[in-house]
Amino acid sequence: MPMTRFEDGRLQEHPILEFERKREVTIYFNGKPIKAYEGETVAAALYAAGIRVFSRSFRWHRPRGFFCAIGKCSACMMEVDGIPNVRTCKTYVRDGMQVRTQSGVPDAEKDVFAVFDNIIDRFFPHGSHYKKFTSPKPLRNFVTRQLRKMTGFGNPPKATFGGKAGYEEIDVDVLVIGGGSGGMSAAINAGKYGAKVLLADENPFLGGQLVKQTHRFFGSARHRAGTRGIRIAKILEEEIAKLENVDVRKETWVFGIYSREVGAFQRGDEDKLLRIRAKKIVVATGAYERTLVFENNDLPGVYGAGGVQTLMNVYGIKPGNIGLIVGSGNVGLILTYQLRQAGVEVAAIVEAMPHIGGYFVHAAKVRRLGIPIYTRHTILKALGKRSVEGAIISKLDENWKPVKGSERRIDCDFICVAVGLSPTHELLYQAGCEMKFVPEVGGIVPLRTRYNETTVSGIYVAGDVAGIEEATAAIMEGRIAGIHAATTLGYGGDEAKQELEEAVKDLEEFRAGPFGERICQGLEKCVIGSEVRI
Amino acid sequence: MKYLERGYLEKDELPPFPSKERLRKKSVAYIECPQPIPCSPCYEACPADAIKMENINDPPEVDYEKCTGCMKCIRVCPGLAIFMLRLRNGGIGEVTLQYEFLPWLKKGDRVRLLNRKGEIVGEGVVNWVLPPERNDHTSLVRVEMPAELIFEVRAVKPVEVRK
Repeated sequence: MPMTRFEDGRLQEHPILEFERKREVTIYFNGKPIKAYEGETVAAALYAAGIRVFSRSFRWHRPRGFFCAIGKCSACMMEVDGIPNVRTCKTYVRDGMQVRTQSGVPDAEKDVFAVFDNIIDRFFPHGSHYKKFTSPKPLRNFVTRQLRKMTGFGNPPKATFGGKAGYEEIDVDVLVIGGGSGGMSAAINAGKYGAKVLLADENPFLGGQLVKQTHRFFGSARHRAGTRGIRIAKILEEEIAKLENVDVRKETWVFGIYSREVGAFQRGDEDKLLRIRAKKIVVATGAYERTLVFENNDLPGVYGAGGVQTLMNVYGIKPGNIGLIVGSGNVGLILTYQLRQAGVEVAAIVEAMPHIGGYFVHAAKVRRLGIPIYTRHTILKALGKRSVEGAIISKLDENWKPVKGSERRIDCDFICVAVGLSPTHELLYQAGCEMKFVPEVGGIVPLRTRYNETTVSGIYVAGDVAGIEEATAAIMEGRIAGIHAATTLGYGGDEAKQELEEAVKDLEEFRAGPFGERICQGLEKCVIGSEVRI
Repeated sequence: MKYLERGYLEKDELPPFPSKERLRKKSVAYIECPQPIPCSPCYEACPADAIKMENINDPPEVDYEKCTGCMKCIRVCPGLAIFMLRLRNGGIGEVTLQYEFLPWLKKGDRVRLLNRKGEIVGEGVVNWVLPPERNDHTSLVRVEMPAELIFEVRAVKPVEVRK
């Protein structure tokens, strides 16, 4: 239906977004010149140029491509200007940049050893890859060693560090790790009562995943409902800019929490090691996308739903011609609508549950455009050799088993897996927070008080890292964590304490509906006080 | 909740219809939002107190007699679930809906009419638009169609692509 113009794989117009492409530059991919625009990541530019194979699998040299686009998977790791294992989805293009795939001979695209995969494929069914040559042990060790020689994680760096290296020590009241919806909200709310705040984010922009949310948000006007996610990111950023006591460090990677001292690396004109002494720490690192087990799920063209949103809504790059969406939660439904807005067709949405997982109104939005939603269906396999050429879906019976004879082929050239998220909790583990597996909130989450403080006093959580919800709840959690951190440091007085209680009540009300039920069940298991210890 | 298996509402799941008299007077908001979700911008936008919602999770209920057809709610609905309906003389009906696709529709454009399942049920003409730039890229499009289709048509697409 929508007629959207594309050029060089890039969207030229969009009903909601405007893509400002900066200076045109050339990067070299395995020696071949590729056109790119400043502000694009290497992975995005390669994708726009039609490159789909980014690496080869460790064993059997299966092609691997783009998946998450936010630096959480490792499928896009390449050698950039002589430095191995660079996540190209987080590395921005520079004129003359030399990018090489680091697995496969001569390169990942035309890897001659891929023949192994083809042979094995012919004689043994899929899955046998991991069972062949595994015993006896000496044989396994021998085969593994040989395989590792042929592929793997790159070669030692050829480049030497040519930049300037700096070091900075910083003392702050509150350190916020992660500049998405939860982190920005925590920084604002701690900062507005006078606490000295440092907000660190790995991206060159603030907003986290809000920057790709083109839809209007739900909630109430107080929660900025009716406003698009992309605008909410800007509104929060402006609020931060008004607070002089909030120091924002972009392109800053926090790598460890050592008691109240935090190590981070900041990229800039001068690359810097930061030693941050913080009285309180708010961890708002978000989540990463889950994948699903099905045949060929590693084929280039099988992407995380959020990865496709990033590619399309942040960089304006067309993910493909026709997609299949796996999962009908809000992410899957919203992505479907966004694909249509960008002029990309969607063949179908499949959902294993007997009913749609997301909001009905989101489903109705895509259903009235004629996109079928198959409930009680699943994907059995992706088709294609080097990239997705189709998919086989099947009905599921009451016991979640595929119904024989109900298989059908869906023509598509990419598949988006929208089956949920898992908290990015590594820093919490490392800091010693007590963690617990709570499936209702997305996996392993920290135990916390009702003010979002973890079992390590002074370390707070906000947003998806505390349990998978959505941006509005993340903003509310950030508010609670931020204010609590500030009040316990003596800022804000009674006014802050009062707002804190209001914020807690506000969030409870927000979760009171049927959609919050599961979240509340999950929270009962991880909020200290209501925690039943076995 | 059958509608959650299908992704669209069947006739028996629709909210009550406004009376014919009311539909003739002026346009009225018709909200297809049956599921309790934490969302209330329509309620907050309504200056006539025509939308009932006691809790943020309640589905909205419209008092068709109080509704003035001012369109404040349809401008902000994040679920694209509000439709302004009106009946005119001569068997003509009008549906106003939110539209977020390229090319933007203009007054006089012919459009295909789609029902809740995306099936084409007829053709209509755009007789008024709120341009996208006036509402943060959500255009409002009013489409003229046969009167009997106003409870069926929930999306439109251009008949031909303008050059």
